[in-house]
Amino acid sequence: MNRIQAKLQENKKLLSIYFTAGYPNLNDTVTTIQNLEKNGVDMIEIGLPFSDPLADGPTIQASSTQALQNGMTSTLLFDQLKDIRKTVSIPLILMGYFNPMLQYGVEAFCKKCQEVGIDGLIIPDLPVEVYHEEYKAIFDRYGLLNIFLITPQTSEARIRYMDSISDGFIYMVSSASTTGSQSGFGGKQTDYFKRIADLELTNPQIIGFGISDHKSFNQATQYAKGAIIGSAFIKYVTAHGIDDLGAFTQPLLKK
Amino acid sequence: MSYHVNEKGYYGQFGGAFIPEMLYPNVEELRQNYLKVMAEPDFKKEFDQLLRDYVGRPTPLYFAKRLSKKYNTKIYLKREDLCHTGAHKINNTIGQILMAKRLKKKRIIAETGAGQHGVATATVCALAGLECIVYMGEIDIARQAPNVARMKMLGAEVRPALSGSRTLKDATNEAIRDWINNPVDTHYIIGSAVGPHPYPDMVARFQSVVSEETKWQLKTVEGRENPDYMVACVGGGSNAAGAYYHYLNEPSVKLIAVEAAGKGIYTGESAATSVLGKEGVIHGSKTLLMQTNDGQITEPYSISAGLDYPGVGPMHAHLYETKRAEFISVTDDEAMTAGLELSQLEGIIPAIETSHALAIFETKKFKPEEVVVISLSGRGDKDLNTYIDYFKL
Repeated sequence: MNRIQAKLQENKKLLSIYFTAGYPNLNDTVTTIQNLEKNGVDMIEIGLPFSDPLADGPTIQASSTQALQNGMTSTLLFDQLKDIRKTVSIPLILMGYFNPMLQYGVEAFCKKCQEVGIDGLIIPDLPVEVYHEEYKAIFDRYGLLNIFLITPQTSEARIRYMDSISDGFIYMVSSASTTGSQSGFGGKQTDYFKRIADLELTNPQIIGFGISDHKSFNQATQYAKGAIIGSAFIKYVTAHGIDDLGAFTQPLLKK
Repeated sequence: MSYHVNEKGYYGQFGGAFIPEMLYPNVEELRQNYLKVMAEPDFKKEFDQLLRDYVGRPTPLYFAKRLSKKYNTKIYLKREDLCHTGAHKINNTIGQILMAKRLKKKRIIAETGAGQHGVATATVCALAGLECIVYMGEIDIARQAPNVARMKMLGAEVRPALSGSRTLKDATNEAIRDWINNPVDTHYIIGSAVGPHPYPDMVARFQSVVSEETKWQLKTVEGRENPDYMVACVGGGSNAAGAYYHYLNEPSVKLIAVEAAGKGIYTGESAATSVLGKEGVIHGSKTLLMQTNDGQITEPYSISAGLDYPGVGPMHAHLYETKRAEFISVTDDEAMTAGLELSQLEGIIPAIETSHALAIFETKKFKPEEVVVISLSGRGDKDLNTYIDYFKL
């Protein structure tokens, strides 16, 4: 069983954290992952920086630009991660835009992911249809789960299509927005969370975008298996570095 | 072989819609409706009437006598520079604003580099009474002050793109992000034949009036619809898409695409995408683009802001790959010289983008009886400062 699938079967709400590889410093990647696991995080999304991250707001954009200036590349990231499975056991997901993957070679990229112990991929600009027709067989061959995003505007038919070809979780984007553009949820969003929960999909849902603190984390996990925090974490490491990540995760995880 | 888009949105291996799920409903709504709307008799009538009475079409096909004499061939200029607002850009914005109204959109966004497409969008938004927000790189705002003022005077809000290199590529990213954040009431008017399907095809269709007119105009003066060569400059590729459109499947018409070599193709300051680019994904489509080995999109350079784009539309990538079009690169210096030459031989000051197309006569020779049509895509008023600095006028 894939580590993501095993984690999803645990009887708890999951906290997933996104960070940009190579940020704030080029060689922070491994320590960030280790410190997040030590501090109770259930799953990690490792962001592969891209020059033109269309779905991201200013915070993640700035961290990507800095990571690229620091010298981060696909090759270097795989190199940094080569021994990660000696020390880290929680699921690791690589999140990146399609073009760097395409240049690396999709098959070579997937093979490398498997070698270092990546469990799944999130590729915001790879549409589900193209994935299904051209790349699913490759992902399957290397044991990688592809995670699809849905939004409040995604039709039920389309959600069911994604559900039918997923074996992990569905990434619910909390509102129609880029990352980091809001905080907390109103009635419109909780209605949407309920609507999706009522679909009784095969794959559990994890909510992302707009989650920054204990309150929004609890709101989201009332309706979903877990929640993902990205921009708020990037802001934290920008201000405080990566040594004391407990100060970020403890308030989130308190009962 | 077809050079038009297929039912899946591809030109050969190029095109498609590589977009985040957040954009899917907007793009899908457009995909399902654009051909239907464009075929409606009411839409056609309104589009044609505005092109005639507001834009000033048909634009003349002018036989450039002195230029022809100098290069010993028959050169015709398709005078898009005479369109309202000074370039071909408005053919597309008129079409898209009518599309937006039929899709009941209330708010228009656009990206702009030098400001020509921004001005053309602000103009049609004023005409239609719709809110208009134009994203423009912070650096471009500083160097294109007159066009920023024009957009403001037309009632548009100009928002600086502060990310990345703060130029056209980043303005496009910001416009796409705006669309993600405003998925219901907003239409994005892309200015070039780029972006996710159906944009490249829709923009090409709105610009196709250029080759449609050329056909009957050439028939009147030359007794034949088809020139031997159709020449256009290519940045993203909207003017070339329109100039080629009705000739794509006419093998007797040779297509020439002129790209900006900047300071020289291999100087590191160039925008010659066909030579320097590799297949990749930019702004929602698979096409040729300039990038690092790691797949990061790089910054192009050209003296002409309109050609200063790291990609090229998927239709053009396919024309390059299949060799249907010949791609020629022209440096800043060659273009500027050609712009000055047209000014003094024909009394027409061209946009610097267009000057690139005019520069091919120095290197490529044509026969005396051959008919060469150049898409004179825009006028040079917006470029006066650059001409002044370059020639110390």
